[in-house]
Amino acid sequence: MMRVAEGSYAIADAVRCCSPDVVSVYPITPQTHIVEHLSQFVANGELDCEYINVDSEFSSLSSLIGASAAGARTYTSTTSQGLALMFEVLYNASGMRLPIVMTTVNRALSAPLSIWNDQQDSFGVRDSGWIQLYAENVQEVMDLTPQLYRISEDPEILTPSMVCMDGYILTHVYEPVEFLDPELVKEILPPFSPVNVLDPEDPKTFGAFADPSWFTEFRYLQYKAQERALDLIGKVDKQFEETFGRGYGGLIDTYRTDDAEILLVSLGSIVGTIKDAVDELRKEGIKVGLVKIRSYRPFPVETLKEALKDASVVAVIEKDVSVGYQSALLTDIKGALYNTSIRVPISGFAAGLGGRDVAMKQIRKIVENASRVKDEGLELETEFEIFDVNPECL
Amino acid sequence: MQESLFAPGHRACAGCGMPIVIKLVLDAAGPNTIVASSTGCLEVTSTPFPESSWKVPWIHSLFENPASVASGIEIAFKKFGRTDINLLVIAGDGSTFDIGIGSISGMFDRGHNITYICYDNEAYMNTGVQRSGSTPIYASTTTTPIGTQSPGNLVRKKDMPAIAVAHGASYVATASIAYPVDLRRKVKRSLEIKGPAYIQINAPCITGWSYADGDTIEQAKLVVETCICPLYEYVDGELVGVKKVRNKRPVEDYLKTQGRYKHLFRAEGGDVYIANIQAIADRNAEKFGLLD
Ligand SMILES: Cc1ncc(C[n+]2csc(CCOP(=O)(O)OP(=O)(O)O)c2C)c(N)n1
Ligand SMILES: [Mg+2]
Repeated sequence: MMRVAEGSYAIADAVRCCSPDVVSVYPITPQTHIVEHLSQFVANGELDCEYINVDSEFSSLSSLIGASAAGARTYTSTTSQGLALMFEVLYNASGMRLPIVMTTVNRALSAPLSIWNDQQDSFGVRDSGWIQLYAENVQEVMDLTPQLYRISEDPEILTPSMVCMDGYILTHVYEPVEFLDPELVKEILPPFSPVNVLDPEDPKTFGAFADPSWFTEFRYLQYKAQERALDLIGKVDKQFEETFGRGYGGLIDTYRTDDAEILLVSLGSIVGTIKDAVDELRKEGIKVGLVKIRSYRPFPVETLKEALKDASVVAVIEKDVSVGYQSALLTDIKGALYNTSIRVPISGFAAGLGGRDVAMKQIRKIVENASRVKDEGLELETEFEIFDVNPECL
Repeated sequence: MQESLFAPGHRACAGCGMPIVIKLVLDAAGPNTIVASSTGCLEVTSTPFPESSWKVPWIHSLFENPASVASGIEIAFKKFGRTDINLLVIAGDGSTFDIGIGSISGMFDRGHNITYICYDNEAYMNTGVQRSGSTPIYASTTTTPIGTQSPGNLVRKKDMPAIAVAHGASYVATASIAYPVDLRRKVKRSLEIKGPAYIQINAPCITGWSYADGDTIEQAKLVVETCICPLYEYVDGELVGVKKVRNKRPVEDYLKTQGRYKHLFRAEGGDVYIANIQAIADRNAEKFGLLD
């Protein structure tokens, strides 16, 4: 049923449809509305779960470690400072192979304090062992929610996962969305049947101490599970499409890439603006297309090679910067292509930091820059100036 | 007697008080129990992968989060309609008094039905005897070393049980491995009472305190007999019982047996420090009515 709803409400409803046993969340702008809606569902008896008001994000994820090990389907959501506070627990959850699912609302990290959107927070936990998918719009976040439970809880995967969504832009927007039907969700999401649980009838030790003769094996097995997730993400996307009629292309999606000379690569909500820009530029005869990254971890190297192989120039647009060396997606994309015969100049743009608007005019500038790179070669791999840095700072 | 639920073969030091705490606690709780622990000596010595001493389900996540982990276990079991399982946290004093206190406060505040056991060896032992909030005044540790300008730790031991009482914890007690019957009874009582419970158990550390071989239980006894460690219990904020001390001994009897206090008997002015510790013990005797 198509209905206009606030993004946070729609996401809370998608979570409800996945029937989590335990929800443990801590409020932080701009994620708060998700938390509030979930508590209201519980208060109304619309969501039959245990809801715990924890003392911090650190405790929220810690409590889900216990709940998940006890065999519960678990949910949390956070952003920015909250995600940073969880850092230690993130690695712990993935190392213990607990299939916790989180909605990560993307927001800048302090200092300076900013409550506005960029993607520094989730890029900052890239290596924590979690599956990370980025969504373009509210509908995609909703649709990914049951898919992530399906993927994380798969006995061959057993890895926590997060869907990343841009703060405010998606959490606070009102737009028409198709609400999920809980009965249909059951078709793609079987009940959680954990492999190992805390049970006095069959006592097991969780979270042991591993000396150097064992540690690598634990990481190796995690690595392999993420590799398997590469296949499963695509399969579950297809299955979802068969059931709900909405598919997203799996690991990546492409837009007007046939015959494109200039390929823009990006993720998150900015993709919507880029698509509009591509349409305009195409009208002007510019051969530009878009590759949208959906799965960032696991990183879809093979799929990307295929998607980028015929481009004359690639421009990566992302809302994060690795102070000291470029930005995360840019370096990952360059890494993916390095040991191949694909030789294409790649430049990167740290856009929309701390909530600065990325509008059509910026995308145009990026494409102009890419055209120049195509004709004259690459000068600067990464650009700030293009986003109108205050001249006093230059 | 039932077989111990804490198997031998763990890597704790010979003469460590902590495994005795664990055995007594598990004896009292029985096999229908789940334990969450913190990083520290207990976790490192009892679960060297792929071995484990634990014959009950056991989980360790981080140094500062066992109270939160246990909270999650409790509500998951509540969702499954299983409220018949004993749920324990067993954590060190560093985890409890310092880095994990936010998580513990949350656990008390939310009223989870969990018994939180702190095995109290009065320092960060696993990382090499650094001071914790539980380290007693004038004890020498590797981060409160004695020197020409310092007589060791300058801060008195944090009153963690009082913090638990102030949270409205249903049951709060202190115990000692020198009084195993009392210790087991307190664990059982905490499990019978609904709501959060806190039990702090004195656990001598031969390496960190440096006392003579074979003296572990004697240490646990002396600390009680000197009134340095009063044994008491609170139910719903009311003091309901104390372990009386028949022959109160001077604190020197305890202090002189430990390397961490030996400077008090050598340095100039040491007698003042000892008198200060005696005053703490006397105040305990008075406050809890240990003597009568
Ligand atoms: C966040 C964090 N900080 C520091 C440490 C290092 N560390 C591990 S165990 C420990 C001390 C443990 O002390 P306590 O809780 O008293 O247990 P004990 O080892 O004395 O039994 C410390 C400081 C850690 N593991 N995690
Ligand atoms: Mg300690």
